[in-house]
Amino acid sequence: MKIIAILLTYIFINNFILVKFLGLCPFIGVSKNSESAIGMGLAVTFVTGTASVVCWCVYHGLLETLGLEYLKTIAFILVIAALVQLVEMVLKKMSPSLYKALGIFLPLITTNCAVLGIAIINIDESFNLLESFAAGVAAGIGFTMAIILMSNIRERLELRPVRRYVKGVPIAFISAGIMALAFMAFDNSLLTNLHLA
Amino acid sequence: MGNHTKELTKGIFKENPTFIIMLGMCPTLAVTTQFINALGMGAGVLFVLLFSNIFISLLKNVIPNSVRIPCYVVVIASFVTIVEMVFHAFLPSIYEALGVYLPLIVVNCIILGRAEAFANKNTVLDSALDAIGMGIGFTLALSLIALIRESFGSGTITFMAIGSWDGVIKVPFFNKWPVRVMSLAAGALLLMGYLKAFFNWNTARRSAKAEEGKA
Repeated sequence: MKIIAILLTYIFINNFILVKFLGLCPFIGVSKNSESAIGMGLAVTFVTGTASVVCWCVYHGLLETLGLEYLKTIAFILVIAALVQLVEMVLKKMSPSLYKALGIFLPLITTNCAVLGIAIINIDESFNLLESFAAGVAAGIGFTMAIILMSNIRERLELRPVRRYVKGVPIAFISAGIMALAFMAFDNSLLTNLHLA
Repeated sequence: MGNHTKELTKGIFKENPTFIIMLGMCPTLAVTTQFINALGMGAGVLFVLLFSNIFISLLKNVIPNSVRIPCYVVVIASFVTIVEMVFHAFLPSIYEALGVYLPLIVVNCIILGRAEAFANKNTVLDSALDAIGMGIGFTLALSLIALIRESFGSGTITFMAIGSWDGVIKVPFFNKWPVRVMSLAAGALLLMGYLKAFFNWNTARRSAKAEEGKA
């Protein structure tokens, strides 16, 4: 039950982009067309999922036993950087077609707030290993959903007359704001109504 | 000397990291629900930016080019950890309010961006001035957003509580009938969009004026 609650929370209620503003830079930067949006979304989901698990293990297995909890920021960012590099190398070797699709997005992900964000949130919320993995995947799915919606909106906006100064980034922010208004429909009462809270 | 002043002031207006270069958006929108949080975030970023720029500028001849990004990240993360500990010890209320966004200064694009684009090519003095300018520009931008969001969204402006004063200024009218959406996530995105449009207009107007002046 808790797993379902976590999935719903991080996909809808605490959507990483529209509520928590994590990963806003790629959200605005890579959402110009839907193909790259899907690629970015999948790459992020993959990395948030694996990073959640690895960072959880590093924190509870290594830092906690050594009493070095205060080093978690440094440790996590190094783990994520190494992980992204590893994923890139493995993909290149194992599945060139997937690498072709996701490859260019992977280097960008190291400095994506969403990845470090979910790793730290997992520790702050004291999730166990499975819950951390669920939260990581859910955060990635939420990100993917938002960026795909956004890219569709922006593709349509391309064909519309938009005032000169509002064109591009400003209109993207305003559309995201309206999308966030719609996402306000999801709040904790959703969990209560589903008897998950 | 004029050159040094330019390094300092360019970050505040002409190359403002938030409104012109559009870097470090995540904390900008997330922590600006209260004025004091914006100031705290700005101070944290300013500190990290200053010291990481100084250190990277000092180490620019030592760090091998191929592993420079991981090296920068380690330097930045160390200073972020210091900031975290200082906030935790001396400003616990701001530490609570900033939450996950405080460690996330590590991945703030402004800091890595300045390290990569400026500090590894310039002298220590110039890098420090650049960092101070950019940090102040970031803090000003955050304060502006927070000021608008807080005064419209909840009708207050929150400073530090000093002595008997609780540090909250009440804004007339909005205090009674707040525009709640401004303090929510959606309001932040909308406001950012309109502010960016305003700055686009402003830059275009200025360059048009400069053209006129030349002709």
